[in-house]
Amino acid sequence: MGSPMKVRAQMKGDFADIKILMSHPMETGQRKDPKTNQPFPALFIQQFSVEVGGKVVVQAETGTAISTNPVFGFKVKGAKAGDKVVVKWQDNKGDSRTDEATIA
Amino acid sequence: MDTLRRTVLKGASASGVLATALAAGLLKPTQVLASEWNKAAFEAKDTPAAMKAVGAATTAESKDLKLTAPDIAENGAVVPIDISSGIPNTISIAVFVDKNPSPLTAAFNFANGAMADASLRIKMGQTSIVRAVAKTADGKFYTASKEVKVTAGGCGG
Repeated sequence: MGSPMKVRAQMKGDFADIKILMSHPMETGQRKDPKTNQPFPALFIQQFSVEVGGKVVVQAETGTAISTNPVFGFKVKGAKAGDKVVVKWQDNKGDSRTDEATIA
Repeated sequence: MDTLRRTVLKGASASGVLATALAAGLLKPTQVLASEWNKAAFEAKDTPAAMKAVGAATTAESKDLKLTAPDIAENGAVVPIDISSGIPNTISIAVFVDKNPSPLTAAFNFANGAMADASLRIKMGQTSIVRAVAKTADGKFYTASKEVKVTAGGCGG
């Protein structure tokens, strides 16, 4: 089920500033194991979504060129302190993870 | 495949349908995941092909699309970039790295109050042009680009 994400959401003026740190190897499939000279199989997050107050605000598709332990930042208007933020990701091997936070 | 494809990347009418579906909660992320990943676009080997695969065959440069990236990245494995669109009705933003093995890096769709603004960290194998493409609700595409010099690549061992 993947490792926990860190999700931080904070009101900054009229928008909520959302920062997401996912814990994922994001293996590109191009890196070789020095012992066997075989490539490590690709393992990367392909899709994720961010919901605020029950509505999807961001849907993303990602490729292998996202850095290991991906970090994303978004800004959402119309949100308010206390709203729940839910982040879900799924990788190319079908693993997934859902974590949530509350806007401060 | 075409009917499944979501993103950045269809006509305005399709986007409208998506927005409605999102608002109605029809497309729960768990349902749209994986089957909708735009494989053709993400596996394209050069930027023109990847842009074509997301529907952005013709784009216009725009000063209202801001791409912030370092001039020099000492570590190509972690290059922080920030994209912000001041173009009205921007609904999607995609990121391409021209010289990466697969240029399309990420595509974001915004709805329900999300500003057309995203920050992320990307891998770069070598010095390259980084390109942001924004799509508006009426189906137009805009670009902004910046060269990032990489002194140590991020795609090798």
